[in-house]
Amino acid sequence: MLGLDADRLRADLNRLLAFLFHQGILDEQYLQLQQLQDESSPNFVSEVVNIYFHESEKLLRNLRSLLMDREFSDYDKMGIHLNQFIGSSSSIGAKRVRNVCVAFRAASDQNNRAGCLRALELLEHEYCILKNKLHELFQIEQQRLLAAGVRYPMLN
Amino acid sequence: MTFARYTERTAFERPLTSGVAYAVRVLHSEREQFEKHQGWTIKRMDTLEKNPVHKDDYNPDLFEPSPIQEEYAPVIFAQDIISHVISIDLLSGKEDRENVLRARKSGKGVLTAPFPLLKTNRLGVILTFAVYKRDLPSNATPNERIQATNGYLGGVFDVESLVEKLLQQLASKQKILVNVLDTTNQSYPVSMYGSNASDDGLELVSHLNFGDPFRKHEMRCRFKQKPPWPWLAITTSIGILVIALLVGHIFHATVNRIAKVEDDCHKMMELKKQAEAADVAKSQFLATVSHEIRTPMNGVLGMLHMLMDTDLDVTQLDYVRTAQASGKALVALINEVLDQAKIESGKLELEEVQFDLRAVLDDVLSLFSGKAQDKGVELAVFISDRVPEMLIGDPGRFRQIITNLMGNSIKFTEKGHIHVTVHLVEEVIDSIEVETEFSSNNTLSGFPVADRRQSWKGFRTFSQEGSIHPFSDSINIIVSVEDTGEGIPIEAQSRVFTPFMQVGPSISRTHGGTGIGLSISKCLVNLMKGEIGFVSIPKIGSTFTFTAVFTSGSSSSKEYKSQQINNQTNSVSSEFRGKRALVVDPRSVRAKVSRYHIQRLGIHVEVVSDWKQGLSSISRGSSAFNMVLIEQEVWDQDLNGSAHFIDNLEKIAITTPKVFLLSNSISSSRANTTTSGVCNLTVIPKPLRASMLAASLQRAMGDGNKGNPRNGEVPSLSLRNLLLGRKILIVDDNNVNLKVAAGALRKYGADVVSASRGMEAIELLTPPHRFDACFMDIQMPEMDGYVSRVAFRTSLYNSDSEIEFEATRRIRDSEQNINDRIHFGELSVETYNNISNWHVPILAMTADVIQATHEACLRCGMDGYVSKPFEAEQLYREVSRFFH
Repeated sequence: MLGLDADRLRADLNRLLAFLFHQGILDEQYLQLQQLQDESSPNFVSEVVNIYFHESEKLLRNLRSLLMDREFSDYDKMGIHLNQFIGSSSSIGAKRVRNVCVAFRAASDQNNRAGCLRALELLEHEYCILKNKLHELFQIEQQRLLAAGVRYPMLN
Repeated sequence: MTFARYTERTAFERPLTSGVAYAVRVLHSEREQFEKHQGWTIKRMDTLEKNPVHKDDYNPDLFEPSPIQEEYAPVIFAQDIISHVISIDLLSGKEDRENVLRARKSGKGVLTAPFPLLKTNRLGVILTFAVYKRDLPSNATPNERIQATNGYLGGVFDVESLVEKLLQQLASKQKILVNVLDTTNQSYPVSMYGSNASDDGLELVSHLNFGDPFRKHEMRCRFKQKPPWPWLAITTSIGILVIALLVGHIFHATVNRIAKVEDDCHKMMELKKQAEAADVAKSQFLATVSHEIRTPMNGVLGMLHMLMDTDLDVTQLDYVRTAQASGKALVALINEVLDQAKIESGKLELEEVQFDLRAVLDDVLSLFSGKAQDKGVELAVFISDRVPEMLIGDPGRFRQIITNLMGNSIKFTEKGHIHVTVHLVEEVIDSIEVETEFSSNNTLSGFPVADRRQSWKGFRTFSQEGSIHPFSDSINIIVSVEDTGEGIPIEAQSRVFTPFMQVGPSISRTHGGTGIGLSISKCLVNLMKGEIGFVSIPKIGSTFTFTAVFTSGSSSSKEYKSQQINNQTNSVSSEFRGKRALVVDPRSVRAKVSRYHIQRLGIHVEVVSDWKQGLSSISRGSSAFNMVLIEQEVWDQDLNGSAHFIDNLEKIAITTPKVFLLSNSISSSRANTTTSGVCNLTVIPKPLRASMLAASLQRAMGDGNKGNPRNGEVPSLSLRNLLLGRKILIVDDNNVNLKVAAGALRKYGADVVSASRGMEAIELLTPPHRFDACFMDIQMPEMDGYVSRVAFRTSLYNSDSEIEFEATRRIRDSEQNINDRIHFGELSVETYNNISNWHVPILAMTADVIQATHEACLRCGMDGYVSKPFEAEQLYREVSRFFH
């Protein structure tokens, strides 16, 4: 029963991953990240992603406060933040977030404040989706591990 | 008559006068007496003036006697020539009268206006002087003068003769036309001499003074003939005019032309810029699109891979496999396009690493051996002994060229062989002179081939031998790939190296491929300072030949860390060193290949062409052969002979050698061996490769327990060996990236320390420290080619990588400082871990695929770069340069 559950969870996981890939939310970089996870660092992916969430939320806050400032003109600082965001998003394979960041930076390069605001909103939206989906992914992963963990002792 | 005689005699004193006469003043009261005394009457001349007569008819008697006048002035004496004027009253002539009156009034010589002279009717003037009875004071009144007048002396000037005389004196050759005019009356000048030719303005006017202030005369001289046209001047000036016009025209045309050319030039520049921009855009587009396709393709492949792990039935699995194979083909294709784009944008750079050419070719051979065996095509590689073991160059790109050429060959070859030969260029040049006869049958498989010497006919290296420097350590190698395929149609041969050009649309349908491979190969060959050429005969085959310049690896091996390729051949070869082998093969080319591979194992090889020779060389040989390698063709041709040979072998030889069969395809040879019934026959499948040959020999010679541990080794495994326990510092200001990179390196067993800022890195890397290497992130804003890089270099705020470069520079500075101080003994080596030369390898990490530029990294003291995310192979390549 539990074994079947694990299989179902694995299928779920794959389906979700396939969906995320199909939607362009994640790309193959995420798979590479998964490959880095092994016995010595069993929670590697979630660790990285948590750092990513932490950093990203900080960056988003900074970007928002920069843009909300009335005498806003520091597009260069915004560019630096966005570069950071692009870098970290590339690293975990958050493709759509990265793409929005690239567009954001283009708007910022042109000192297009309206564009920046639109991009920021889109970015927050995309980030939200990503975060939810990754949480979902981790949840299933955890359940699967649990299920698998239950099963292994039985086999052994 | 005395007057007449006197005047006659003195005429030479008056060359200008034609005659002189003297008239006396006679008052009316004295007339009668005078006439009586003279014996003639005073005659008048005015009638004569009115009716001039011809001079022949002249008769003084015709003159009427002068009418009664107050006084008379009859001529009494005259020079003989004008004696006809005697007795004529001067006062009766209009001109004379006036003259006489003026003369006696003024007491000076007076001239008449010109008038026709008596008798001659010629124009003349008369100069008249009054002769006074007594001397008069100069201030005497006219009346006194009249009273004192006794007579008048007149000189006749015949103007015509006068001027003629003058002109004779001038002796001018040019006839001068002279007009003498009396201009006393300004408005009606009286012509005294000369024709009335029209006045053309070109005349010299000079005033004549005959001593009479009352009369004015002038002489107008001009040339008789109209002045000739100054033809020379005219032609010269016209010529100059024409020349000036021409010059002007030329100048004008030139200016126009220059303007036009400049205009065109501007246009060209504009177009050139556009074209260049378009080219850059194209390359960038290609690069971007390729990259953008690669990314989702990797996703697809990853997913397919995952899909294969799931429960699938056979059909599904087959579908997935097909999809995956197609995906891989697509990625390979995209990589090719990316290559092309890189080459076109000049971003492709060759590596300089030490590599073993023979190993590279072995690798390529193994890549194609499966395909070749499937098709029944014989595959062979021969490398000349003179080619050095180790070369320095770019093995990856070299391999790419060979793979391209062999791939093409195998694609189009259905029977026969594919033969790769590697020589030194010098060797081939030497052999050109020797080997004049080309036998098309002396080939690997016996099929005729295209004469490969034709393929390098156009090479510059051959035409000018001076380009080869025998003393420099550069190695010119020449590689030929010869096949017996269907060949390239003549009409398609010219565009073989054009990108995306294929022989025909049907080719890509039947054989696939982009048609980009040869173009890339050509570019790569050019990068290797070589040339590529081919010869192809339809239905017979093609031979592609290229040259490449490498440097000799052995001389400077310390500088270049050897690329760790499977060197098991070396370890294996020691086992076989000194052993002897006999190869039975009638075909010399094939035997050469076999000999080459066997010799690589350190085995001494003797080649014979048939059984008989084989037996005789075994029997006469002083030292025994350890093995006999028989070409399958020989074996199959004469099964009886082979059985006989095997039988005799055991009898003759001191120690029975092992017998091997060199076979092209495993299946057929197995079948044959079973039928021949010889048990101790080992089949060595072709294509021959040192490693495989060694393994086969080892197995057969009895000590086959030694495996082949490193053949086909996964780089990640050896990467793990390299990195295990190494202490590595990772610097990245992006925590996520830091974590990922650290995770990746940890996976390979490295001991990773992370730093998020350049300053930390500088502190950590100040000697002494225990780091084996440092990976430093270089933030590239985006992968969009050169433009962003420039923008990013110039922008002040964006120069995140400058921070990393700066950090590197400072680490290098501090290392240098400490090294110097250790060197000068200021610091003891012991406190610095006994290392006197600190230099920690710093590798740049960049997310940048296309433009990961070496120079920028190297310039600031970095040792290399790896792309993010880590690719096992690239990481291995870079890391292996520092860790051994």
